Amino acid sequence: MDYLTTIGLEIHVELLTNSKMFCGCPADFGGDPNTKTCPVCLGHPGSLPVMNRKAVESTIRLGLSLNCDISPRSIFHRKNYFYPDMPKNYQISQYDIPLCVGGCLDVEMEGYARKVGITRVHLEEDTGKSLHVGESGRIHGADFSLENFNRAGVPLAEIVTEPDIKSPEEARAFAQLLRSTIRYIGISDGKMEEGSLRVDANISISAGEELGTKVEIKNMNSFKALQRALAYEEERQRKVLNEGGTIVQETRHWDDAAGITHPLRSKEEAFDYRYFPEPDLLPVEPEPAWIDELRESLPELPVARAGRLKSEYGLPVEMVSAIIAEKALADFYEEALKSGGDPREIAKWIAGDLAALLNEQSVDISGSPVTPAYIGELVGLITKKTISGKMAKDLLKETFSSGKSPAKIVKEKGLLQIADEDELMSMVEKVIAENPEAVEDFKNGKEQSLKFMMGQVMKMSRGKANPQITSDLIKQKLS
Amino acid sequence: MAITEMEVKEIAEKINNKELSSLEVAEAFLKRIDTVDAGINAYITVAHSQARKAAGEIDDRIASGESVGEYAGVPVGVKDVLCTEGLRTTCGSRILSGFSPVYDATVVKKIREAGLVILGKANMDEFAMGSSTENSYFGPTRNPWDPERVPGGSSGGSAALVAAGEAPWALGSDTGGSIRQPAAMCGIVGMKPTYGLVSRYGLVAFASSLDQVGPMTRNVHDCAVLLDMIAGHDPLDSTSIPGARPCYADSLNPNVRGLKVGVVRELTSTGIEPGVLREFNKAVELLAASGLECEEVSLSSFEYGLSAYYLIAPAEASSNLARFDGVRYGFRAEGEMEDIWEMYDRTRSEGFGDEVKRRIMLGTYALSAGYYDEYYAKALKVRTLIVEDFNRAWGKFDVLVSPTSPTTAFKIGEKVDDPLTMYLSDICTIPVNLAGIPAISIPCGLSGGLPVGFQIMAPPLQEEKLLSVACGLESLLGFDEKPPALI
Ligand SMILES: [Zn+2]
Repeated sequence: MDYLTTIGLEIHVELLTNSKMFCGCPADFGGDPNTKTCPVCLGHPGSLPVMNRKAVESTIRLGLSLNCDISPRSIFHRKNYFYPDMPKNYQISQYDIPLCVGGCLDVEMEGYARKVGITRVHLEEDTGKSLHVGESGRIHGADFSLENFNRAGVPLAEIVTEPDIKSPEEARAFAQLLRSTIRYIGISDGKMEEGSLRVDANISISAGEELGTKVEIKNMNSFKALQRALAYEEERQRKVLNEGGTIVQETRHWDDAAGITHPLRSKEEAFDYRYFPEPDLLPVEPEPAWIDELRESLPELPVARAGRLKSEYGLPVEMVSAIIAEKALADFYEEALKSGGDPREIAKWIAGDLAALLNEQSVDISGSPVTPAYIGELVGLITKKTISGKMAKDLLKETFSSGKSPAKIVKEKGLLQIADEDELMSMVEKVIAENPEAVEDFKNGKEQSLKFMMGQVMKMSRGKANPQITSDLIKQKLS
Repeated sequence: MAITEMEVKEIAEKINNKELSSLEVAEAFLKRIDTVDAGINAYITVAHSQARKAAGEIDDRIASGESVGEYAGVPVGVKDVLCTEGLRTTCGSRILSGFSPVYDATVVKKIREAGLVILGKANMDEFAMGSSTENSYFGPTRNPWDPERVPGGSSGGSAALVAAGEAPWALGSDTGGSIRQPAAMCGIVGMKPTYGLVSRYGLVAFASSLDQVGPMTRNVHDCAVLLDMIAGHDPLDSTSIPGARPCYADSLNPNVRGLKVGVVRELTSTGIEPGVLREFNKAVELLAASGLECEEVSLSSFEYGLSAYYLIAPAEASSNLARFDGVRYGFRAEGEMEDIWEMYDRTRSEGFGDEVKRRIMLGTYALSAGYYDEYYAKALKVRTLIVEDFNRAWGKFDVLVSPTSPTTAFKIGEKVDDPLTMYLSDICTIPVNLAGIPAISIPCGLSGGLPVGFQIMAPPLQEEKLLSVACGLESLLGFDEKPPALI
């Protein structure tokens, strides 16, 4: 039986503010446990929260980037529940009047685009971190728990999507695009592995129009995990339904190592949060002029940039996605284009070999020893047939390790490609003379033998022979 | 005259012109405390050594010719709901019985900067929940006018210590009448400022949208002086009101002829003790005879004030008090425990008293899914109606008046098993907190040998007018009775 998959995401983004949401403690929560704390973020008696304007600003910028409306008057609520890493035993969050409402994000897929609605973006405070010591590793059955409140009170933006996502692949693409957007506007480093970007998913499958029972999945620590967890859950639900079972509404935990989801104990979930308006904070009423200012200060966002790269340079979707993922990479690309080289070729080298080198050496694009101009130069050398593609690969590595320009290396090492037909012809003749079997094979229509002879010429020329001319010359000689 | 009977002004002058040292003054009051407080229990903690040290420092500064504040060296009592760095702050609760704050409340910082010497922390109903100071883990405070009676509450300790001469003045906090009602029952002046005029930073929250710190003094002038010290915008309290404010002590003007006074019918008709009503009416007549226009006014929403209050305040309290869980500070239950949930349960069961538990349960219920609209949301609507009623009244009147408390001080134990009757004790003071306006209680006479309080209410931020009317009435009344038990 065919089922339709429906997915909605809830994403928490840790905001990169200098100080925490309601006190002056630093928001970078590393360091020794409980050293970045004060009476406010420890929930000491009598302490009061004071809103960090920067956190509001970041959330509004995020909302604007996701095409949301900014609420003219937004309020904070208390979400009440007991947990040892929450100093006040309530979390200051937003409830019925969030800062940003009703946006969307267009996700470019292979061959189609998916418009994902954004229900809301709101601001809330993070909790501390618990370390439950005991066999279970969970709070239930722990011998004792250690609490670190350095993270308590760090501002979090929560993004809730409409259930518009139709597949695990779309979910991943959405999350990646969202991460790019967050990084473009600089409000967070968006690292899933480190928890500064946390994605929870709701997924249901249905045979008809009516939506199925949704299941919430938590604990996906990478984009890959998100996709895998959803694919697993999609399949699990399909099996349950096909065997005549029913889906239970529950929260499930993704176990990445085992590659499965399993249900969380419901006790931790069954809360009435008793939301009520936070009396210690005033409503946030952002002035329209400020919102306009923030809107105008936004950089070109990934979606717009992708559209432009596609239409201006005719790049394929996959290549565009790779180039625009990071603002610095996209900037690098557009800088490299100034060399006048072929946009596709430049994109191919940046998204391909250069990205691989950077990845291998764990270097950020901003710290790349290969400059945009070098990429332009490299592509120029190939286009002018000064060097072959094969040579270019080695040349890029050399540029990467030495920091010298490709042209300089070519000059120093005499790496110029041999394009002189007479010179090449003498080599081709020699190879034909020395390999009668290969010649015989070629005449019998064996494609392989051409490659063999090409290789011999390459060897003889120490990789400098122009492959196209060489190939033409062999064919011409043997025809 | 004994130092402990002197007016604040006189003490301050004598310290400033070196007739008295700050230390001598502190010693006099500490001695008074050591003599009488065993019978009154107005203080939870007496800060003998810290007070001596602070007084000594003021003396040193005066000796070295440094200019100190006008009231530097004057002692003060502080309700134990205000955080004092390094000085135990219990809120009258077992759960904070060993808690020493790491910071000073803003108002505490301000009075320290003004040079006041903190003698100790005043007893109170646990977490300011109560009207008699009987709900204290540290035992009830007794009324200096009659030790068999309560001093009112929740700032009963602050009221009693001022009445008993254990400090010339004190700070209290008022959520539904907790300054004014005990002030009335102890025959002193007590004022709740406009919500937001005084910082709440470091005031351990009971009901955040209602709480306000205020002065408890022997006379209206001192009240204005102490208010001047503690009022003003605080960037650490988002609900604190920005902007400049007048000097209240300088702007006191007892000549208030021609002002229009509204006598609130709902607070003077049913449920008021005859003796209280008699003294109240005499004071109103005095005002009328002195050229103020007094007229009855009906504010019908007040009928629902008490009910709304007992939904809003417990709701906020249920959340505010959640932090007392034994995890980070304060009391933690001992013994083997299954898990953290049992630790929470036992810590809070053993750490909180009955009234606090009652209100946490009330508030938790009022905020629960399915009941929120019926209770909490409806209470907020009543609150809006009360604000609107007040606003209509301000169109016609400069101030409104009523008795402060429907009764004089009642016997210890009399209402302890009847919370609803106890709650009625705040019926006249609650609408003021719900509307966030300022109000003051001044003594206006005795009934059966016990003080009766007269409440004056004014529009938001009109403390000048409020204090001037109080000052005018104070001089007309000439109330100078002292607690007989202590003379
Ligand atoms: Zn902090």
